[in-house]
Amino acid sequence: MKIIHCPVNGPRPMQEFAYGGAFREMPDPATASDTEWGDYVFNRDGAPGVKREWWYHLASGVWFVAERDTLRDRFLRTYLYNEGEQPHD
Amino acid sequence: MPLGLLRFALNKKHPEPRMFREPDALKSSYDVVIIGAGGHGLACAYYLARDHGITNVAVLEQGYIGGGNTGRNTTIIRSNYLTPEGVRFYDESVRLFKDLSEDFDLNLFYSERGHFTFAHTDSALNTMRWRAEVNKHMGVDSEVVDRETIHEACPELDLDCGGHLPIMGALYHAPGAVARHDAVAWGYGRGADKRGVEIHQKTRVNDIRVEGGKVVGVETDKGFIHTGKVVSAVAGFTPRITEMVGLRTPITIQPLQACVTEPLKPWLDTILVSATLHVYVSQSSRGELVMGSALDPYELHSTRSTLDFTESLSGHLLDMFPFLSEIKVNRQWAGMADMTPDFAPVMGLTPIDGLYLDAGWGTWGFKATPVCGKTMSYTVANDRPHELIEPFSLSRFENYQLVGEKGAASVGH
Repeated sequence: MKIIHCPVNGPRPMQEFAYGGAFREMPDPATASDTEWGDYVFNRDGAPGVKREWWYHLASGVWFVAERDTLRDRFLRTYLYNEGEQPHD
Repeated sequence: MPLGLLRFALNKKHPEPRMFREPDALKSSYDVVIIGAGGHGLACAYYLARDHGITNVAVLEQGYIGGGNTGRNTTIIRSNYLTPEGVRFYDESVRLFKDLSEDFDLNLFYSERGHFTFAHTDSALNTMRWRAEVNKHMGVDSEVVDRETIHEACPELDLDCGGHLPIMGALYHAPGAVARHDAVAWGYGRGADKRGVEIHQKTRVNDIRVEGGKVVGVETDKGFIHTGKVVSAVAGFTPRITEMVGLRTPITIQPLQACVTEPLKPWLDTILVSATLHVYVSQSSRGELVMGSALDPYELHSTRSTLDFTESLSGHLLDMFPFLSEIKVNRQWAGMADMTPDFAPVMGLTPIDGLYLDAGWGTWGFKATPVCGKTMSYTVANDRPHELIEPFSLSRFENYQLVGEKGAASVGH
């Protein structure tokens, strides 16, 4: 079973988590062109590598950021948004 | 044939013709280079040679023929989709599949089983009705049936699924079929090879060279090839190809796992799907139950298998068939599914002149193999998208014209 390090609850089993997709910067909806907005809504950086992602701990309702290697299936670090980063793995 | 076999043993060279030639070296240029020798890539090569007279074609494969998602799916063929665009497209594929064994002179074991998609809730039943109406309108044999009909077709099934998710009805699609997936790739490969197409296995594409917005060649681990036209038919490797040329797409990769049980005497004639229980199951001609479930829950470029998958699938299968509790799982595996936001493929031209995509095949690609070959070869030969694939262009995301097929997916998401 895969163990994920929740920044609040510590190491917990994979089943307690939900994947929230890539961490992305939203362009200003008021000024973005239709093309820019479409790119933000649909397009993704799909190639393998180390990605910043949103993850959610279902049991305690914590959203956090994870840096994960999508080729090796390894979590490199997890931390709360806007908080000090914690080394992991 | 024992004497014939002895002859093989004594002869260093294989005296019988193989399915394909193994060309020694790459030529310095080809009219078309197809990346990926799975069913889709080989079908494209086959129809390019047969229908369009383009035979100076190389199919490059980093592994071996049909070793990717062509050999990793659960071999189900159906056309009971949700959107008119999808139904029209997949129905053409079913039509092509029916004649394919004769076309190839190779038995694909194409076997019509009938395909039930269960509804366990009112809302699922509504989607079934919607699909049935769209299907009928497009001339596809598809109807909503009641519990009695399901019971007659499969008396072994517990219609109440252990009591917690009773089946209310199902979408029934009589032409739903299974076929031997490897043979589909081999048949297309042999047919293309006979007509002069070169299939280069263990040949990896490292880069696509683009000059002035136009493809000029591909860089492989066996040297550079000049070509003006490149078709990418690489399923789970698509983002690595599009990254080479800086093309943005919505495609992300998630593993999809499947497994087979030990062989059983034939008892399951039909193909059964429950999106709610995350189970689709059929019995192969060898007697194994071939089963799949939901996508793995996060993006990953890997074909590893997990116990979580087997546990959850087995649990749900036992809800449907409690008598299978002593049956063992023989093999499990995974494929890399190239998912799109609307569960429809990404096909046709790209902003780069001479680069054609046959991608976004997620969890629904095997059944589309023949029609993809047909339409992609037309698109490449004429440099204009075939009318059947116009709705699936990459530009639909820029134009906010999605083709919502999620309601027709068997695989849980």
